[in-house]
Order: sequence, then structure tokens, then C-alpha cells
Amino acid sequence: MNIVVCVKQVPDTATERKLRSDDNTLDRDAADGVVNELDEYAVEEALKLKEAHGGEVTVLTMGPGKATETIRKALAMGADKAVHLSDDALHGSDALSTSYAMAQALNKVGFDLVVLGSESTDARTGVLAAMLAERLGVAQLTLANKVDVDGTSITIQRITDYGYDRVEATLPAVVSVVEKINEPRYPSFKGIMAAKKKPVETLAIGDASIDPSQVGLAAAWSEVVDFAAAPPRAAGTIVKDEGDGGAKAAEFLASKKFI
Amino acid sequence: MLKDEYEELRKTVEAFARDVVAPVIGDYYEREEFPYDIVRQMGAMGLFGLPFPEEYAGMGGDYFALCVTLEELARVDSSVAITLEAAVSLGAMPIFRFGTEEQRETWLPRLAAGEMLGAFGLTEPGGGTDVPGGMRTTAVLDGDEWVINGTKAFITNAGTDITGVVGVAALTGEREISTILVPSGTPGFTVSKKYSKVGWNASDTRELSFTECRVPAANLLGERGRGYAQFLQTLDEGRIAIAALSVGLAQGCVDECLKYVRDRKAFGHPIGHYQAIQFKIADMEVRAHTARLAYHHAAEKMLAGEPFKKEAAIAKLVSSNAAMDNARDATQIFGGYGFMNEFPVGRFYRDAKILEIGEGTSEVQRMLIARQLGLGDL
Ligand SMILES: Cc1cc2nc3c(=O)[nH]c(=O)nc-3n(C[C@H](O)[C@H](O)[C@H](O)COP(=O)(O)OP(=O)(O)OC[C@H]3O[C@@H](n4cnc5c(N)ncnc54)[C@H](O)[C@@H]3O)c2cc1C
Ligand SMILES: Cc1cc2nc3c(=O)[nH]c(=O)nc-3n(C[C@H](O)[C@H](O)[C@H](O)COP(=O)(O)OP(=O)(O)OC[C@H]3O[C@@H](n4cnc5c(N)ncnc54)[C@H](O)[C@@H]3O)c2cc1C
Repeated sequence: MNIVVCVKQVPDTATERKLRSDDNTLDRDAADGVVNELDEYAVEEALKLKEAHGGEVTVLTMGPGKATETIRKALAMGADKAVHLSDDALHGSDALSTSYAMAQALNKVGFDLVVLGSESTDARTGVLAAMLAERLGVAQLTLANKVDVDGTSITIQRITDYGYDRVEATLPAVVSVVEKINEPRYPSFKGIMAAKKKPVETLAIGDASIDPSQVGLAAAWSEVVDFAAAPPRAAGTIVKDEGDGGAKAAEFLASKKFI
Repeated sequence: MLKDEYEELRKTVEAFARDVVAPVIGDYYEREEFPYDIVRQMGAMGLFGLPFPEEYAGMGGDYFALCVTLEELARVDSSVAITLEAAVSLGAMPIFRFGTEEQRETWLPRLAAGEMLGAFGLTEPGGGTDVPGGMRTTAVLDGDEWVINGTKAFITNAGTDITGVVGVAALTGEREISTILVPSGTPGFTVSKKYSKVGWNASDTRELSFTECRVPAANLLGERGRGYAQFLQTLDEGRIAIAALSVGLAQGCVDECLKYVRDRKAFGHPIGHYQAIQFKIADMEVRAHTARLAYHHAAEKMLAGEPFKKEAAIAKLVSSNAAMDNARDATQIFGGYGFMNEFPVGRFYRDAKILEIGEGTSEVQRMLIARQLGLGDL
């Protein structure tokens, strides 16, 4: 099975994240880049599927040159090779054009199954799996907490408020995963050393037949017009229990429309 | 600056220590319980196989990779770090270095995978520094078996559920020492209950006794009579590993203090505002930093195949001093909370002292350094 796992580099959530003042896009130099947390689960699931069914795992990343660090980590975990879609023309792409560019790259690379995280920690739109499936014309199986492949049929389980959904489709397909699905492995030193020798193919937009007028800041359907730092958290309200604590707490919750 | 692959390893172990070890190790420590689940995960990451070649299920790395790993683990907890150090550097490494092909194939794959732990028994109740003067354990060849009698004291990793083999240093003749591999469970080999220790409370330390304990003659490790030379080499390397572990503890003290002095207030300011506190932390950072350079230098010489005895002794001496001094200062900075077991610095304080004792006391390091300076024959 030819599995492609999409891995995004995001700023470390443990550090302070900033937007650039010149074009209101993420300042990717201001913070350490790390693998988007859910994408580690996606890599783990891809590796497990490969271990069970054979085949190959390819990492696909769209991002600036710095994203090679992230690719290396996925390769150290055990992926076989990587494709790095990187071009200045892609800077500022919104979710729609990101899905277009990645779909073009996926068509070039070829796949039986595409595995994604269900959401990134920076933009958090959570729409990429659906958009990619649509663009690729294949089934989408989103928010999976369990994946089974049997021949050309794929089944996922999704946790919902009322129980489980079971969704079945035929390969090729796009799957997005949630963190309940597995426990991502830590790369071993052997994996780290081996990653240095694994092939990483860099694609510019021309290499993946991406139309420059459909990507980048200028082509974006949505625009970040302004941003402001989140206000520091105000001190909490302390309810002192003088016999009427319950009532006061209820009053407070009601004033905030919680009850 | 670490080379790429060591830096990636360091980051991986840092994340593991933060996410897997830190949240639970305080409870293991409090219960004086061996953290099997953490050790299992360290095994899965390949940490026990770091310096061994892939043919023995190792990671194909080197001793420095082990040291970097020990430092990162000890930044969070020393019990976990010493479990790895003793298993690799005292348990598995002598088998890799001095063992026959058959011994390597028997033991190394499971040791390198962390499924089985190895231990090394040199110290005896009557003396650890004075070898062979204080050594009483004997091994006598009877037909095709060694018959071992004696007692070993303070042996790390010797009594866990997954301990598989102990290398026992024994007198096999007049002032003749040899190492013999004794599998766990061999009749006549008994492991006492755990010691009650000042620190390293989530690591396993045992007294071992051997009464007419018989193992095959083929369990001799390396040549008969080479035991002394073997463990001198083992301990020289081990000192660099203990130095790395000590640097980790010293740095862990800095990490904890940097967080605490921003939050803790006194007289209208965070305590980190006061120069007395800032200078303490600056000194702590200096100690950790210089000690790290010392162990990096010793490891570099060792891996280049150059003599490193003096550098290893210096590294162990400065790093264990740094660990002790930093643990003392960190506890001071935390005030009363520093004396509470629920804060890591209290644990660091208890764990630091052994670093000046184990794998050669500070006095021994000074003796080695003086000897390397040519003062041995005066
Ligand atoms: C702060 C911020 C706000 C943004 N707001 C918007 C907005 O409101 N509307 C909009 O259209 N765009 C927005 N963007 C742009 C958006 O981040 C990119 O288009 C992004 O690549 C896709 O969106 P996502 O990360 O939210 O995808 P999600 O759907 O949240 O990500 C799901 C999965 O898709 C995969 N994936 C996503 N991006 C990549 C990549 N570049 N390479 C490889 N795999 C990837 C990963 O597996 C990830 O787990 C914003 C970006 C930032 C930094
Ligand atoms: C938790 C723990 C784990 C351990 N793990 C192991 C293990 O896995 N395997 C193992 O073999 N051992 C292990 N040890 C033993 C440790 O290595 C010894 O305790 C150490 O080497 C000191 O030996 P000793 O305790 O017999 O002290 P002694 O040798 O009795 O020394 C007592 C004091 O005298 C000093 N001294 C001795 N000779 C001289 C001299 N000539 N000049 C000046 N001062 C001198 C020493 O420096 C020390 O201060 C462990 C110990 C502990 C506490």
C-alpha cells in the first residue's frame, strides 16, 4: 500500500507565537518549528498500516525551507521518503489554495491512502482532509480513532457524542486522525541516523503543475485584516462562602450565561 | 554545539523525560518502586542499545550518544538515568567488550532492547575502593563449573523482575581477579531485599550473596585473571557516564529555579529580582556548563582512541561537585518547599550525594588525577 502522510510544521505551542506585522501572516521565524502534534499520530498510524500490510510511507510537507527539520523527524520515526513542496509563491496560501497545491502534489506522487491530522495547532481550520478528498475525487473518512484496511476496503471508527460511527470506503481514500488513535513512537537513534540517508524530493510549484495564480497571499479567499494580542487573563472572581456560597456561585454562572 | 544527530537524540530524550518521566516519577520515588513501565518505553526507544552495533539489536551509536541521553534523563530524574547507566555501562558493555561471540549472542540482544537488565558486582561489604584488598568473594573451578562464594554490596539493577545476568568480580587465585557471568535464578545466588536509601529511590540496589553457587566454566568473561584490568576500563568509561548524569542533575536544578524565581514573591518582587538569588543561579549555570564541557572533552578523547583516564576523572569530580553544589543552592532558593518531597529539587538534593561516592569516590578521582600527574611513585 502506498501511503502518503501529510505533516505540517507549526510553531511550538510552548513558545510565544506571533504574526508578522508586514502581511499579517504567521511569523515562522519567531518560534521553533515542530511537527504539528496530531500529525505525529498520523505518521504513527501510517507506519502501523505499513507494518501490517506492507508498502511504503511517504511524508508530504508544504512549507518553507525550515520545514526540513519536521520532515527529518517523520523520517526518523520510520517513514521511507519525503516530498517537500516548497516555493515562495505558496507563502500566504489559505486553506483552499493549500488543498489545491497539496492535491496537485499528491496526484504527482501517487497514493492509495492519504493520512492527515484532523487539525493543525496554528491555523486550526480542520478543513484540509475534506478539501483534499474533494479535490482528489476520493472518499473522505475524517476524525478516525481506529483504522482498518482489508484489501481495497478501508473502515474507520469515529467517536461521537452518542456512540461510534463506522465509516467504510474503497481505496484510494483520505483519512484524518484524532489523538485517541494511537501512541506515537519516539524516534530511535538508529531511526535518526537512517533519516539522514532517506530521499527528500523538493518540488517547486512548476514541478507539481501548480498554477501560480491560484496560490499565495494574492489568491487567498480569506484575508487577515487585523490582529491584536489576546488580553492578559483577568483575575478570577472569588466567591466567599458565608452561608450563601451556593447561591452566589449560581448567580455568577447565570451572569455569564452558563446556566 | 552538538552535531545534528546527537542534538536530535537529545531533543527526543528531552521530550520523553518531560512527557513520560516527569509526571509520574515523583510517585514511584515516594513508593520506592522500580518504574517498569518507564523502563519498557526506554527500551522501545532503543536507549539500552545506544552504543552497541545493530547485529546485537543495538542502535549503532556510540558512548557519547549514551552520555547525552543520561544527561537529559537526569535533568528530570536520576533513578531512571542510573538504571540506564548501570544496565548499559556496567551490565551490557563488559559483555560486549570482553565476551565471547556466544556470550554476546546469548545476552546482548535482550540487554540492548531493554527487555533484560544487566548488573555488575564489584563492591563488597568489606570495601569498594580497596580492590583486591577488600575482596573476599571467591570462584573456584571444579571440573567444568565455577563454584562461587561471597557477598556483594550495593549492586544496581541486581534484583528487578527483569534482571537477567550479573557480572561478578571474584578472586580466582592469589590476588587474581576474574569476572564470571551469573544468570539470575542460579541456585546458590540470592538477592536480598532492597536497601533503604537516602536517594535514587526508584532505582534497584541490592546486596547479593553466593553460597556454593555453580555456573558453567564457559561463563568466565574474557580471560581468567583479567578481571582487574577489565573493570578499570569499565570504570574509566563509566565515570564519563556518571559525569553526564551529574551534569543533568546540575542543569535540572537550574531549570527548576528559573521557573520558581519568577513566580515566588517576597518583599514586593519575584525573588529572582534580588541579586543574591540571581548570582546563585548564575553560579549554578556556570557549574553545569563547565562540567558539561569537561565530560564532552573526556568523551571526545575516549572516542578518538586517545588516553582519557585523567580527563574522565576530572569530569566526574567537577560534575559531581556541580551536582552537589547546585542541589544545595536550588533547595535554598526554594526555601521550605525545597525540603518537601513533592518538589523535584528535594529529590535532586537527595540524589546528588551518591554521585560523589559511586563508581569511584571523589578521593579516588583525586588519586587518579595525581597519579596521572606523575605523583604516584613518590
Ligand atoms: C494563524 C493562522 C490563521 C489562518 N487562518 C486561516 C483562515 O481563517 N482561513 C484560511 O483559509 N486559511 C487560514 N490560514 C492558512 C492555513 O494555515 C493554511 O492554509 C494551512 O496550510 C491549512 O490550514 P490548517 O493548518 O488550518 O489545516 P487543518 O485542516 O487544520 O490541518 C489538518 C491537517 O492537514 C495537514 N496539513 C495542513 N497544512 C499542511 C501543510 N502545509 N503541509 C502538510 N500538511 C498539512 C496536516 O496533516 C494537518 O494535521 C491561517 C494560517 C495561520 C497561520
Ligand atoms: C546506590 C549505590 C549504587 C551502587 N551500585 C554499585 C554497582 O552497581 N556495582 C558495584 O560494584 N558497586 C556499586 N556501588 C558501590 C560504590 O561503588 C561504592 O560504595 C564506592 O566505590 C565506595 O566504596 P565503599 O562504599 O566500600 O567505601 P570505602 O572504600 O570503604 O571508602 C570509605 C571512604 O574512604 C575513602 N578512601 C578509601 N581509600 C582511600 C585512600 N587510599 N585514601 C583516601 N581516602 C580513601 C573513600 O573515598 C571513602 O570516602 C553502589 C553504591 C551505592 C550507594
